[in-house]
Amino acid sequence: MKALHDIKPAAANAPPLDVERIRRDFPILRQRVHGKPLVYLDNAATAQKPQAVIDAIQRYYSKENSNIHRGVHTLSEKATEAYEGARVKVKEFLGASSTRETVFVRGSTEGINLVAQSYGRAFLKEGDEIVISAMEHHSNIVPWQMLCGQVGARLRVVPINHDGEMLIDEYARLLGPRTRFVSVAHVSNALGTVNPVKQIVEMAHAHKAPVLVDGAQAAPHVKVDVQELGCDFYVFSGHKLYGPTGIGVLYGRERLLEAMPPYQGGGDMISLVTFEKTHYNNLPYKFEAGTPHIAGGIGLGAAIDYINGVGIDSVAAHEQELLAYATRSLSAIDRLRIIGTAREKASVLSFVLDGVHAHDIGTILDREGVAIRAGHHCAMPVMQRFGVPATARASFACYNNREEVDTLARAIGKVSEVFK
Amino acid sequence: MSELSDLYQEVILDHNRSPRNFKKLEGADRKAEGYNPLCGDQITVYVKLESGVISEVSFQGSGCAISKASASMMTASLKGKTVEEADAIFDRVHKMLTGGSSPAVDAEELGKLAALSGVSNFPARVKCATLSWHTLRSALKGERGVASTE
Ligand SMILES: Cc1ncc(COP(=O)(O)O)c(C=O)c1O
Repeated sequence: MKALHDIKPAAANAPPLDVERIRRDFPILRQRVHGKPLVYLDNAATAQKPQAVIDAIQRYYSKENSNIHRGVHTLSEKATEAYEGARVKVKEFLGASSTRETVFVRGSTEGINLVAQSYGRAFLKEGDEIVISAMEHHSNIVPWQMLCGQVGARLRVVPINHDGEMLIDEYARLLGPRTRFVSVAHVSNALGTVNPVKQIVEMAHAHKAPVLVDGAQAAPHVKVDVQELGCDFYVFSGHKLYGPTGIGVLYGRERLLEAMPPYQGGGDMISLVTFEKTHYNNLPYKFEAGTPHIAGGIGLGAAIDYINGVGIDSVAAHEQELLAYATRSLSAIDRLRIIGTAREKASVLSFVLDGVHAHDIGTILDREGVAIRAGHHCAMPVMQRFGVPATARASFACYNNREEVDTLARAIGKVSEVFK
Repeated sequence: MSELSDLYQEVILDHNRSPRNFKKLEGADRKAEGYNPLCGDQITVYVKLESGVISEVSFQGSGCAISKASASMMTASLKGKTVEEADAIFDRVHKMLTGGSSPAVDAEELGKLAALSGVSNFPARVKCATLSWHTLRSALKGERGVASTE
């Protein structure tokens, strides 16, 4: 088993987390489930929210609520300032060169659909090829399939090996003059694999194909710098990053966003409307039709402040250590097999127990207070690749600790007792 | 632990380990596929009908212990029943799974199927238990397409 994770140098030098202090920032963790202390290990589905995020949303609705970009009155100015302030935090969080490149969307799913429908329908045509990997979430498969149906393009899929790593040689073979777009996960939600995004981008660029990186599972766990990665688009979801649901971000290179048609029409995305012609607004507003999720944007800003306060490198080092501990501890369990043993992993531990369906594991763990995900993780092709109907998945966040991993291991022991 | 042991009774675990009528039925005159989009459970139910009576019924597929045991117990209990009787049994089972009946009455009216009553304490698992029944119903109706728990 080669899943003993090396801690990366940058993260290794990061100051250690005071996990007990961090836990106190998350009010939801104080509760009991079925009489047991909650052990929340379903962070890849959505992360819990620190008090600071809850407070920011509450403050907005109780003190600043107003529509943005349109009022001359004080509240509207405050709301606009808070919302646009959050955009600056997002820009810095991603290392984007300007806030014109950071579009607020509902989440990763909407970000990918936006690019598929706006960029894809404008610039792809019959016979063109879109390359994705075999470990994508459905939200990075279906929008491209829809686009293929609309423009006659073809979807090509890079296979993965038995550890859950993308086969780079196969990827190189798939790239060619027909390749017009590449879209891959930064971190796989079903396997935890961290993809070599920088290399993937360089190889695509050699064929002049732009690259979208699905950062839904990466943004909460690794330092993201879109300039360093070199990608053309990057998406992530606020709710997996300790922020609210219903808000996320699409980063796009300014040159590309400029060339793309709007995704939806409406208020805020225009500068001048007559019945003859409409002039679209500047970036990023061209892609933000209608009243946005203002509270969500502000909440996401607060989440980014929170992570910056804790330090993403410290979070990454802590989670790597926890993942390695959990991998060792679960590997020792009889009949248990870990699915996803890539050399580079983040936060996710997917497993199956011989003779026990993941759903039954999920139910029994829940009675022990342990929340995990059981199912296909919106990545049915990954399940097919590994020949399992479903897996159980524990996924870690900054507030998880070793005792919780021990509880998980004990709870899996209960599963084995029931299913002797 | 008691709700859990109600759910995973020995009968259920036994049907999960060695499901009855777990095979493709050659010469079946009705067949339907069922699918639970939430968890990916898949099942195919095969039925042989002789003048309105279920003479044989079998299933194949993959799923959790609850869905497998429910399917297995369903096939064991419906052999020899008329289509109307099977329908009535499903309605009765459904009532039990969703907590609409008392255990004593379940045991009397449903016999062995009452072993599934523990599911009513686990709302998230009701669909696992009903998948095979929905699929059977669509097979009996001769519906095309895929039965779904949604
Ligand atoms: C890798 C990956 N991509 C995309 C998504 C979709 O995110 P959302 O549902 O927030 O749009 C998820 C969420 O599970 C994910 O894990």
